[in-house]
Amino acid sequence: MSAPQIERREFLKFSLAAGGGLLIGFSLPGADMFATAQAQSTTVFMPNAFLRIGTDDRVTVIVNHSEMGQGVYTALPMLLAEELDADWNKIGFESAPVDPKYNHPVFGMQITGGSSSVWSAFEQYRKAGAAARGMLIAAAAQQWNVNPATLRTDSGAVFDGTNRKLTYGQLAEAAAKLTPPAEVTLKDPKTFKLIGKPVKRLDTSEKINGKAVFGLDVKMPGMLTAVVARPPIFGATMKSFDDSRARTMPGVRKIAAVPSGVAVIADSFWQAKMAREALHVDWDDSAMRTFSTNQMMQQFREQAKSPGTNVRREGDPDAAFAQAAKKIEAVYEVPYLPHAMMEPLNCAVDLRADTCEIWTGTQFQTVDRANAAKIAGLPPERVQIHTTYLGGGFGRRANPQSDFVVEAVHVAKVAGAPVKVVWTREDDMQGGWYRPAFLHAIAGSIDSNGNPVSWRSRLVGQSIFAGTMFEAMMKGKEYDPASVEGVDDLPYAIPNLAVESHKADVKVPVQWWRSVGHSHTGFATECFIDELAVLAQKDPYQFRRALLPKHPRHLAVLDLAAQKAGWGKPLPKGRARGIAVHFAFESYNAQVAEVSVDDGKIRVHRIVSAVDCGRYVNPGIIAAQLEGGAIFGASAALFQEFTFENGRLQQTNFHTFPMMRMNECPEIETHIVENNEKSGGIGEPGVPCTAPAIANAVFAATGKRIRKLPIRMTEAV
Amino acid sequence: MLSFIVNKQRVNLDVDPSTPLLWVLRENLGLTGTKYGCGMAQCGACTVHLNGEAVRSCVAPVSRAAGKEVTTIEGLSPDLSHPLQRAWIAEDVPQCGYCQSGQLMSAAVLLREKPQPTDEDIDEAMTGNICRCGTYPRIRKAIHRAAGMMTKGEAR
Ligand code: FES
Ligand code: FES
Repeated sequence: MSAPQIERREFLKFSLAAGGGLLIGFSLPGADMFATAQAQSTTVFMPNAFLRIGTDDRVTVIVNHSEMGQGVYTALPMLLAEELDADWNKIGFESAPVDPKYNHPVFGMQITGGSSSVWSAFEQYRKAGAAARGMLIAAAAQQWNVNPATLRTDSGAVFDGTNRKLTYGQLAEAAAKLTPPAEVTLKDPKTFKLIGKPVKRLDTSEKINGKAVFGLDVKMPGMLTAVVARPPIFGATMKSFDDSRARTMPGVRKIAAVPSGVAVIADSFWQAKMAREALHVDWDDSAMRTFSTNQMMQQFREQAKSPGTNVRREGDPDAAFAQAAKKIEAVYEVPYLPHAMMEPLNCAVDLRADTCEIWTGTQFQTVDRANAAKIAGLPPERVQIHTTYLGGGFGRRANPQSDFVVEAVHVAKVAGAPVKVVWTREDDMQGGWYRPAFLHAIAGSIDSNGNPVSWRSRLVGQSIFAGTMFEAMMKGKEYDPASVEGVDDLPYAIPNLAVESHKADVKVPVQWWRSVGHSHTGFATECFIDELAVLAQKDPYQFRRALLPKHPRHLAVLDLAAQKAGWGKPLPKGRARGIAVHFAFESYNAQVAEVSVDDGKIRVHRIVSAVDCGRYVNPGIIAAQLEGGAIFGASAALFQEFTFENGRLQQTNFHTFPMMRMNECPEIETHIVENNEKSGGIGEPGVPCTAPAIANAVFAATGKRIRKLPIRMTEAV
Repeated sequence: MLSFIVNKQRVNLDVDPSTPLLWVLRENLGLTGTKYGCGMAQCGACTVHLNGEAVRSCVAPVSRAAGKEVTTIEGLSPDLSHPLQRAWIAEDVPQCGYCQSGQLMSAAVLLREKPQPTDEDIDEAMTGNICRCGTYPRIRKAIHRAAGMMTKGEAR
């Protein structure tokens, strides 16, 4: 017998008093917009899981992907509203509860990742809107006693031939009594009114007046706040702790061991944090006490000297290399990197005898619910997750072990009251699950005409999938596809080609980070092709063009970026351009960076980014994602690394882990290729090209090659 | 007992005076629009106005606010009518939105001091505010747009 689902409605009623006398309302994303409207809606029409229409004409779209900045709370409602012929001014949104109804149609679970939200929802949300439209027309036909085929819809209403009008709100009650159609016809894309237009985001208002509720903002009656003292070194375990001073501090309610460390639970965050500072924990840190990233990279370099597991092989690259006219070998290295979302991790839990409610900004609802249920000792149906706004995600909030959720449920068990676990910036940075450090050893050669004859890439780095529930995605392969994506499909026409992968057995927890494997394969391959071009004494753009005869979509973005950037045209003295092109998450991106180097300091002046993501939904959001992607990529290229010495992470906060800032931000220009191909991703594809475009521009400016990120002119070769 | 004004309302609070203003605003007063990003004056997410000046509330003990006037994002305008808010909407600035309260509060002081800011002025005033999502180009445009609205007399 399955336990009844907790009803979502129960949770929407929250409105509570905070301390200090000011009253605040608590609501999930978007719900605030219609707080009053919903109260007025006496009857609602909910033809399927994805929308609700009130008698007040309000259309609420229920979004099964998490809003972490990428615009799903606008793009998905656009898809639905298009086919519904809704009045865009009456559209609102809500985050979906956890329910199989909201599973990703391809991944089979509720997840926001892989730059897949729009393409996976493209038909799903349109069909949901079209089905509702069909029922509203049927309801109007009944009311007017006419043939439904004679009716049309526009801006949230049904019209007959004489322009008699019934709004969707007026029809909601009657439509609710009808059976949803078994099949729907979708619009001819030529007639789209919303899809393809730069519609303004729906979530802007609440993000500029302080009303948007992020995980950190969740509050409930009697809620306590906890911080956790976690091991200073990965793999360390707690031996004992002394809380004699901490437990006497103001506001402290409880201090207790949890599997991830020691939880300090207090009335407020600051009290919990102060008490944690007074806590003494004795760790057994022997496992990784001597770990250092310098040594690890040294070991990677050794590993790369021998052949790895075969990923791709065409011709005989070793023989071709040996006989080639000109050859070059290069080793590229990238460091561990944290996601460093602007909002550090947090998770609020209200654990009762037979229910567990979780409020958090997560990308991984299904997995989190299953993992939380195990810890709570409840069937998954008794666990509900309320997805708040995410103050950035970049992959971190889709943790295969649900680390931040599972820990919060453990803390709730000892707290005996609703509790929110808050991570400080330092906790968040030191908490693991980084983009793995990688090394690419590449050997390539050209013939006497300057045409490439061989390319061999050997990669060394940790697997993201190995040891997780996603190991199945390795499909029994000896290598992790997430490690080699972006080099296993190298598009250049090179007759002798090999890609080999080495596993690295390191215990630093690693995870997908905006663009995953492409974040390093893009850098290594696009820098190396540039090195081959220079070896062949050819223009790097033309050299790439000649090697892409079978890849028209690569060519199109490359040409567009080069043309818009004025490739080949003169630049002010001291400035130079670099170019890169890469395919990732079903989209093609090319970027041209314009830089100058002064006294070892790199200044990126301009980035031109061109994308082909097939049929797109909102060009305004696409532009924003390309801008953000380039800045994310530039931060990594210029400033960022995580290093370990004696097992300890050397970076703790933004003073040692810098981000690109306003004064360093280049001018960014974005362009979209127009076509009718299947929709691709946009959140991640704009990242991989930035680092190689900058590195190649630095070479053009200085004659020095960059083979290691972040770029340091002292390490250039 | 500490007493100060927040968004034009007087508040009297019995809190440890060394508690950062940020956490008093968020936890004691329920004003969660002001965000925590670093706790060490590195990111600007916690920016509020203290007697009209932009301060990082994560490192300002609440005692510093005693007898003074604090404005948070909730007090920037009652109805999204501040020129910056209107410009932010026009330029579709926010992505995740988490840094935006701090960005707006920094920009508001800039515009008051320099109604026609140059790009250099913007660099100087806004460089303390990190945006991990990379909305800087739009923030810059929106500040210029807000300045334009103010000269055209569109501002309140
Ligand atoms: S939280 Fe105050 S500056 Fe970052
Ligand atoms: S909008 Fe996400 S950090 Fe600025």
